[in-house]
Amino acid sequence: MRVTCTVNGEPREADDVWPGESLLYVLRERLGLPGAKNACEQGECGSCTVYLDGTPVCACLVAAGQAQDAAIVTVEGLPAAGALDPVQQAFLETGAVQCGFCTPGLIVAVHDLLARVPHPADPEIREALAGNLCRCTGYEKIIDAVRLAASRA
Amino acid sequence: MTTTVSTTRGGVGDSALRPDGTLKVTGEFAFSSDLYADDMLWGATLRSPHPRALIRSVDIGAALALPGVYAVLTADDVPGERRYGLEVVDQPVLAGRSVRYQGEPVAIVAADHPETARRAVARITVDYEVLAPVTDPEAALAPGAPQVHEDADDDPRAGHSEPGPDQPLGTGNLTRHVPVRRGDPAATAPVVVAGRYEIGMQDQAFLGVESGLAVPAEDGGVDLYIATQWLHVDQKQVAACLGLPADKVRLTLAGVGGAFGAREDLSMQVHASMLALRTGRPVKMVYSREESFFGHVHRHPAVLHYEHGADTDGTLVYVRARIVLDGGAYTSSTPAVVANAATLGVGPYTVPNVAIDAYGVYTNNPPCGAMRGFGAVQACFAYESQMDALAAALGMDPVELRARNALTTGGLMPTGQLVEGPAPVAELLRRVRDLPPAPAGADFLPGGVANTTRGEGVVRGVGYAIGIKNVCFSEGFDDYSTARVRLEVINGRAVALVHTAAAEVGQGLVTVQQQIARTELGVDQVTVATADTRVGSAGSSSASRQTYMTGGAVRAACRLVADRVYARAGVPEGRLRDGAVLDASGAVVASLADVVGDDPIEQTTEYRHRPTSPLDPETGQGDAHVQYAFAAHRATVDVDVELGLVKVVEIATAQDVGKAVNPQAVVGQIQGGTAQGIGLALMEEIQVVDGLVRNPSFTDYLIPTILDMPPTRVDVLELADPHSPYGLRGVGEPPTISSTPAVVAAIRAATGRPLPRVPVRPEHIVG
Repeated sequence: MRVTCTVNGEPREADDVWPGESLLYVLRERLGLPGAKNACEQGECGSCTVYLDGTPVCACLVAAGQAQDAAIVTVEGLPAAGALDPVQQAFLETGAVQCGFCTPGLIVAVHDLLARVPHPADPEIREALAGNLCRCTGYEKIIDAVRLAASRA
Repeated sequence: MTTTVSTTRGGVGDSALRPDGTLKVTGEFAFSSDLYADDMLWGATLRSPHPRALIRSVDIGAALALPGVYAVLTADDVPGERRYGLEVVDQPVLAGRSVRYQGEPVAIVAADHPETARRAVARITVDYEVLAPVTDPEAALAPGAPQVHEDADDDPRAGHSEPGPDQPLGTGNLTRHVPVRRGDPAATAPVVVAGRYEIGMQDQAFLGVESGLAVPAEDGGVDLYIATQWLHVDQKQVAACLGLPADKVRLTLAGVGGAFGAREDLSMQVHASMLALRTGRPVKMVYSREESFFGHVHRHPAVLHYEHGADTDGTLVYVRARIVLDGGAYTSSTPAVVANAATLGVGPYTVPNVAIDAYGVYTNNPPCGAMRGFGAVQACFAYESQMDALAAALGMDPVELRARNALTTGGLMPTGQLVEGPAPVAELLRRVRDLPPAPAGADFLPGGVANTTRGEGVVRGVGYAIGIKNVCFSEGFDDYSTARVRLEVINGRAVALVHTAAAEVGQGLVTVQQQIARTELGVDQVTVATADTRVGSAGSSSASRQTYMTGGAVRAACRLVADRVYARAGVPEGRLRDGAVLDASGAVVASLADVVGDDPIEQTTEYRHRPTSPLDPETGQGDAHVQYAFAAHRATVDVDVELGLVKVVEIATAQDVGKAVNPQAVVGQIQGGTAQGIGLALMEEIQVVDGLVRNPSFTDYLIPTILDMPPTRVDVLELADPHSPYGLRGVGEPPTISSTPAVVAAIRAATGRPLPRVPVRPEHIVG
């Protein structure tokens, strides 16, 4: 089947999509956007988090056909005018990135959190990011990154 | 005693930012599962559903007939050696006449879509004769037990590969026995505590699943883009299995999504290469999360019997222990894990009389090998539980009991090895003890957002633990790393290029390499080339060794480059700083760019740590280890004693790192390592029943989330080691070792329960 959608502001089209494919597969393997990651492909780790019509979702749990006519924003679409998004910059500065595999999903999740709650308290940060697994950092520096990004908003 | 290194901006001692950080936050960093090549095919693997069976036949006809399938290969198609292994060549590339664990690869497929490949796998018919698996390691050691490797023609130990020390290997189901004897093994004491402890099977659970891309080359070889911990040990094994010379198997490090030991052994490297060579097309393989649980080794589950004897003042008189580590179906790194458990088995304490026996055992359980902490984790849970039991028996404060027996510089390990460097065991413990207590309240109660209590039935507990870990490879292994450093002028500026084969797995090694080159060469701009096999081996990104070893190699290569700069500039005993060549008095003699000019200076060199020696096979005596590292933890927990739920409120760590080459990255390692230890204490276990894994998913194998992790306090000491580069000490593993027993000690303090097993489950608390 053919899937037509908007990705990071650009109209995109994928042909010969097998109906069993996920949005994650279409993004990574058909549209050349491997930023969303494939750590569990069952909605447990959050590493494939993208915006689907403004709502953060696990792209692995979205069937490709569900993305028809939708507007999708991935981590690749967050930098504006060539500059890193403040969330990306904060992850970089605080050491919230080690292996980096969870990073794209976390950045989208934090981007969404700060859009909803500009100055979250620590428990709010923890609750908002409870669906994003990180195996390297122990999360402390991720919380540092959220605080830093919020402080600059 | 703190070392001083002249501070260069972005140099050693600075929290320089990762050079790959921007790519990682924008999603552009290419992990091994992100690779793409024109015309590439997808590989998939058929795995055994049985932990022990004979293979009567394999029928691939229906799979080959599926449109879109390009190759289906079995054991008979392996072009070279049919087995591989890190220390012992015993693991089949594809199972031949028998399978020895659930998930063992039997056949591989290449197809034009991953779903087609999976469907082809499902069409392969294997006729198994199912046998009763060997699953209890103690029973496996008993006389007359069924042998995991009984098939004589299929002898796993026919070949003994080179990269391991000469291992006194066991016979039958015994992989290795390491005894350690010191003083009087039958010593007696007035106060005795004994216990049996058990550690469940932990998974490394890196987020980036096993994956990579194999590209067939015109010369008949293969180019492999792969996530691994040691390119050259992969190259050696892959080349042997493909029947190719090493120079035709070229490996390039792709982005690595975490490792923690799980990438020491091969996974899909040979399979993807076989499929690429057979089809003449690039082949990508990406495991699913479920497959990943079968695709790599795990931390050894262990049963440990300990007896501690002490004088009435708390001075340790003896420690006797029997440690049994379940290595599963193949050898992997079990021999070295057993040696660690044995030699580090009393912990960071001075003990005059020691009798330890550690055993690694073959079973039909999942193969176990390297995971962060590597044998030291299992022993630490037991000896620290014992120290708490001894403190209780003596009526002593647990920290003071530990401090009284603390190992010190100049002390002796049970192996007879002298501890030469700093050993601030008592100080680390007192530092975590003397931190302000955790805040009285907590953001989350046990049960968390599930709201299972408003505070009723919640009891707070505090626990302490300290651990010891060896850094670098031990037992006489020729452990080295290679670095190539090139200094050249680009756009009028002197810049450096550093090229090694060392695996950046997330720990920040690329940053450290840049920092060292900046400090040594006095340049700002340092590029770290992609790691590959075009430069000599860097050894493994394991044993907390890469900053020591590859850092040491980069420093050595930089100093050779600097010597040539001084020779060119005619400045004996010069220095390089801020792009200038200085003489011995510190006066600027020339600009570095002018001296280098259009004639780049390049040096390649190998760096070795001090040699170690093998352990005596009867007594376990010997200077087997390079460097010891220590970390202490204080855990504060709230326990819902009615529901058995635990919330870690805070965890505090003190660790001596010798020299924090990158303080921010050091703290990150300590926090992340601590989290993995908390996971083992409270939730992480691969549950194996009759040789079958019951929970191969992130739904059922739980790792700590951000809600499970408490705030951390990290106290970093920098007591220079006299023998290591910049005085540094390996950082990665120690925090994983002592966090587990500290958390369990805190739960015991809150509940009074003995809790001899990790992970602690609710039924252990309320049962």
